[in-house]
Amino acid sequence: MSDIATQDFDRRNRDWYIDKLVQLVVFFGGISAIVFIIGIFVFITKEGFGFILNTMDPVEFFTSPYWEPSDEDAPEYGILALIAGTASVTGLALIVAIPFSLGAAIFVGEFATGKTRELLKILVELLAAIPSVVWGFIGLTIMNPIIIDLFDVPVGLTVLNAGIILGLMTAPIMTSIAEDALKAVPDRYREAAEAMGATRWQVIFKVVLPAAKNGLLGAVLLGVGRGFGETMAVLLATGHSVNIPDSVFDSVRALTATIAAELGETAVGSDHYQALFTIGIFLFVITFVINLTADLVVRGVRKG
Amino acid sequence: MFRETALNVRDKKVQGLFRLLFLTMTLLLILPVLVILGMLIYKGGPVLSIDFLFTAPTDGMTAGGVFPALLGTVWLVGVALLVSVPIGIAAAIYLSEYASDNWFTRIINLAIINLAGVPSIVHALFGVGAFVVFFGFGTSILAASLTLAIMTLPVVIVSTRESLMAVPQAFREACWSMGATRWQTIRRVVLPNSVSGILTGVILEVSRTTGETAPIMFTGAVFFTPFLPQGVFDQTMALSLHLFVVATQVPGVPDELPYGVALVLIGMVLLMNSISIAFRMYLRGRKKW
Amino acid sequence: MVVQPGQAAEESVSGQILTVKDLTISYGGVPALSGVNLDIRENEIFGIIGPANAGKTSFLKAINRMDMFTAGMGVQGEIRFCGQDVQTLKNVYALRSAIGVVFPLPVGLPMTIYDNVALAPRLRGIKARQDLDVIVERCLERAALWDEVKDRLDSLGSLLSGGQQQRLTIARALSQEPTLLMLDEFSIAVDPVTTMRIEDVLKELRQEMTIILVTNLVQQANRLADRTAFFLQGSCVEVGDTATLFTGGAQDQRTTDYIEGRFG
Repeated sequence: MSDIATQDFDRRNRDWYIDKLVQLVVFFGGISAIVFIIGIFVFITKEGFGFILNTMDPVEFFTSPYWEPSDEDAPEYGILALIAGTASVTGLALIVAIPFSLGAAIFVGEFATGKTRELLKILVELLAAIPSVVWGFIGLTIMNPIIIDLFDVPVGLTVLNAGIILGLMTAPIMTSIAEDALKAVPDRYREAAEAMGATRWQVIFKVVLPAAKNGLLGAVLLGVGRGFGETMAVLLATGHSVNIPDSVFDSVRALTATIAAELGETAVGSDHYQALFTIGIFLFVITFVINLTADLVVRGVRKG
Repeated sequence: MFRETALNVRDKKVQGLFRLLFLTMTLLLILPVLVILGMLIYKGGPVLSIDFLFTAPTDGMTAGGVFPALLGTVWLVGVALLVSVPIGIAAAIYLSEYASDNWFTRIINLAIINLAGVPSIVHALFGVGAFVVFFGFGTSILAASLTLAIMTLPVVIVSTRESLMAVPQAFREACWSMGATRWQTIRRVVLPNSVSGILTGVILEVSRTTGETAPIMFTGAVFFTPFLPQGVFDQTMALSLHLFVVATQVPGVPDELPYGVALVLIGMVLLMNSISIAFRMYLRGRKKW
Repeated sequence: MVVQPGQAAEESVSGQILTVKDLTISYGGVPALSGVNLDIRENEIFGIIGPANAGKTSFLKAINRMDMFTAGMGVQGEIRFCGQDVQTLKNVYALRSAIGVVFPLPVGLPMTIYDNVALAPRLRGIKARQDLDVIVERCLERAALWDEVKDRLDSLGSLLSGGQQQRLTIARALSQEPTLLMLDEFSIAVDPVTTMRIEDVLKELRQEMTIILVTNLVQQANRLADRTAFFLQGSCVEVGDTATLFTGGAQDQRTTDYIEGRFG
């Protein structure tokens, strides 16, 4: 019994303290994401706050279509046209991306098997990796002349161009998230329906899609967030002119692209500089809401 | 008894039609991009050479190669990794090994999702406001890399957490029951069996970081500099920004030069991704338990 | 040696290594085991029998404080191991390293066979290769696995057959040089021949350590255990000498019924 009594469970040794130290260190890593997201909000607000307090007329800011910050006598800070630019491009992108990515997700997830499936998934993943500046370059150099020739219009850098580019960009991401949502539907649902004599497409439309509804909606929302925040591609492919578009053949300018194009020319702390940060705050808040909604929607399905 | 009825034949036809429809949609998604990539290669291919990679731009950036931009990208990505990989792995270890399923963990997860969802140009604004101005790093590799690191942090966290969580719980419990602390268990059992998965995620992050343009435009990357970066407080050229510059900002650039730059950039990114995918498939094929 | 001499002496008089008083275990407030009182003596094989959901595994988890890894698991009452209350001691890792555990499903860790067995000594800080070699060989030999694996110590422990993995798990537990060895239905995933070999191993180990044997096989308890406890639906019905219980001497009719196979 004596050797048992010598075992000491009441003394903390080196390993015990190392463990506590590691726990502390990784905890700081864990909260880093929270720190950074708050940090982003704090710093962009700090830079843009002076403008919001002193210069900005909130009604004019959101309802005026005139964005002329570099006019020395009477600068105008209205982002309505920029919002219209972003909305039109994102909207068109979604029209392009949603049907194709859902179709592709259904094909990859429900029809394709074995090697075909693997290959398609890899292709989709690689497409999602193409940098946005390359997409913008494609819009500028390849899509532009095609649109001019095809529709006989003077300029090819338009809502149409940027919408298609952005659609092609977001589609792979939406495809893989949507495919995950389909995969999350338990196989027993499919088996139960098939046991009742349903064919594959009946199973998909009557069972799988309704069950994956929330996940698919989440995929679409994340696509919206992506399109909304995309910068380089829309900078290069929209034509970059402040304009509320009448048709898809109009050039527009997006919120993100405005910041990218103008931040370099402004003096730190100037009204213009602060106005650009205010647009940044607006973008941050909108994408935050979109991402939050997407998360709540997707989580809803997990609980149910 | 099992002879096909008329109904079955119709069902089969409908099914075949749907299959065809979805296949068409998939191909319409993929083929245009492949065609576009083909055009990039067709137009930019002739420009590519070893010289193109290893010489500096000349004649007001209308000739020569991309070496300073290539080297700058390596600097930016390297410094960004030095920051994001340790933080990301620590975060993933916390989330996978320590955090319990409560509101606090949920907030962390929300923060990660949002960090990944914040527009890249907003990250750029943050980088300017925080690193360039507030911390006084100026436009430098350090400021740009920190911005990139924070932006791509979710990639490291999510992929690392997935590979940690793929290690069966039974292994942890076996190790704990022998008197190992959590950290000893992580170091001796969990990490050795997830390190290759983590590496896959890091390669993916390299690819993401390489292609980013907006976050570095105002924080550290410049249109042109005759100097190669010597340290983290220098400004530098970068491949992604270089593509933007030669495509839009420089007059008199020969048509095929931007295509060459685009090809180098896309080649680097796709190469990284392919390595990551191949590595992942190799790991999946290797059975360890 | 921080344990008070007086306290240690007091606890060791009776030769009891583990005393359990009014133990209640609950999951999310729902009791899984309640009102358990028993003592386990030094160098005995203590059998625990009972049908599924009797609370046997929860009992083992409470002893080596694995409850802290199970969300919602609550433990009330007192468990004293070597005279110390396991709920309040400062270093649960030291407690666990003194208790070897063998799980129902064999767990060969995804490292080499050698590293599996050398893990516990390494955790204790033993680094010298020759020391580890000795420990590995001895533990594998005592777990009746040495002859089968001595030529492939570098292959993965997690890819051994089920029976071999279970013996590897036992070798690993022995490498802790435990004071107490707890086996939880070790024969569930093991063939009968291996089961008999492991049972022989356990009989020898009794010389050196105390063993708690949770088993779903009533006859296994009969073959091995000195004393046996019968758990049923979250309570400990009866503790008695195995010989008495198995020869019709049980106090409680349910124990006799279970032993004779009338339910279970």
